[in-house]
Amino acid sequence: MTNNIPSPPTCNVELAERVLVGFLKSETQRISMNKAVLGMSGGIDSALVLELAVRALGAKNILAIAMPYRESSPLSLELAQQGADKAGCEFSVIDISPLADAYFAQHPELGEGDTEAARLRRGNVFSRLRMTALYDQSAAVNGLVFGTSNKTELLLGYGTQHGDMASAINPIGDLYKSQVVALSRHLGVPSTIIDRPPSADLWQGQTDEEELGFSYDAVDALLYAIVEQRLSNNELLEKGFEQSFIDLINLRVQRNQYKRRPPLIAKVTGRTVNLDYRYARDWGT
Amino acid sequence: MNCRLAICQTNPKLGVVADNLQSHHQWLDRCIAENVDLALFPELSLTGYILRDLTSDAALTLDSPQINELVARSKDVSFAFGFVEHSRDHRFYNSFIFAEDGVIKHVHRKVHLPDYGIFEEGRYFASGNNFTTFDSKHGRFGFLICEDAWHLSSGWLHFLQGADVLLIPAASPSRGIETDTNHLASQQSWHALCAAQAKFLQTWVVRCNRVGYEDGVLFDGESAINSPFGDVVASAHQSDEDFVIHQLTDSPLKRARVETPLRRDAQANLVRRQLAIIANDPDLSALLDND
Repeated sequence: MTNNIPSPPTCNVELAERVLVGFLKSETQRISMNKAVLGMSGGIDSALVLELAVRALGAKNILAIAMPYRESSPLSLELAQQGADKAGCEFSVIDISPLADAYFAQHPELGEGDTEAARLRRGNVFSRLRMTALYDQSAAVNGLVFGTSNKTELLLGYGTQHGDMASAINPIGDLYKSQVVALSRHLGVPSTIIDRPPSADLWQGQTDEEELGFSYDAVDALLYAIVEQRLSNNELLEKGFEQSFIDLINLRVQRNQYKRRPPLIAKVTGRTVNLDYRYARDWGT
Repeated sequence: MNCRLAICQTNPKLGVVADNLQSHHQWLDRCIAENVDLALFPELSLTGYILRDLTSDAALTLDSPQINELVARSKDVSFAFGFVEHSRDHRFYNSFIFAEDGVIKHVHRKVHLPDYGIFEEGRYFASGNNFTTFDSKHGRFGFLICEDAWHLSSGWLHFLQGADVLLIPAASPSRGIETDTNHLASQQSWHALCAAQAKFLQTWVVRCNRVGYEDGVLFDGESAINSPFGDVVASAHQSDEDFVIHQLTDSPLKRARVETPLRRDAQANLVRRQLAIIANDPDLSALLDND
């Protein structure tokens, strides 16, 4: 994929902690809320967001929820529990198996199929059922859903629209995966979570890097060079990235732009929502 | 000059002018209680920054009751604040008022409206057309509103007009986490910029940057005062509202200018002649086309 992979982006962890904790506090309290719920996958992203959330709002105001399917890895649940215990917040488990199975029963090709398409659809169903549960629980505690998608995932479109990509506010959406790792170490996320190979846990034995076909360090270095440093194709080649890898990532980033934007609206009036009817979300606060 | 100056590092509410007016009155109460001569607020302190379509709704005319009522407070303390100015012909400016003795002493309309990255000021604001230094009972001042300061010619024009103090109200979106210092990259640029302007224009530089978040964007404070030698003599908190007082005096202005007489040797007429030559040269004048 690359000859000499340039280093992935660095992160000043003290500064990041201050900015992100302040963000969670400000964007929650300015709308007169003080509670948050987040989905705990047992992975590093949600464990990091939990640490940030606890620092912003206090452990007693955070509800961490694991939402396993019956085929999910038991280790994921165990690590989710570990992360919540470390952070000292309330932890609950919502089993999505009956919900998912009820749906699959009506769509057997999806429930029993072992094709890539079926696995993908099943993964998206899990992700959106979790989103449904999280948003319901957030209403129950009058809190916000904190997002756990990092910048690498958002750029690659490696997430489920209206599923794990859904949230009220997201503190780590502008951090590359390698920066997530650095900040997680700084905030004391258990090393069992940090060192586990990242996985969406959509099927047994899945790992992100195997499914994506490249390492996070390599893609972070490339994305950083493209997005932040605005390097030209020639400059990327000079840095040691291979053309096929550059093309693959450029295409993937472009094709997934739709996931990063609200739905398109057909314009017929003079002021269309978000197009030329333009207000900050924090309007009035 | 001998001026007890206060930086009011505030966190405005986005588009809620009434609340921000009230908070200005409270900050001024504090200034008066602490015998402040001159108070400086951040850019767009009456409105917040990411206004977009709120720009025209949040705007006030110079003769509006809200502005009159606020300016009246300057009988007790001179102060400068930011707002959206609604002009007689319905243009909207990112403006700053310097109020003193109960009246508006000076208005600066931001000249350099950034329209890149996260900025979209050119979409909403009309541009000011001058950098005019003015006298107050506390000294000679020049305004540079945020981006104005990034264009070195702006500060230099105040320098030529004999400014003692550059007042730099700002709403600077912080960015750049890949740094090994204790400051975001954007903040480091400000430190370098203010230190250089103070040292090489030989003025006091007072930067009042706002704090708070708007739509995920942090405005990271760290307002500061640089002496005419460039060094930071007072600074405010990195992310919280803060109130910082410092005495600005004539002595360091004199010492800096005696030590290195940059003002005396500025050769402004050379620049004027050279600008005329550039403007008349068909090749070079193309470079000025966008100005």
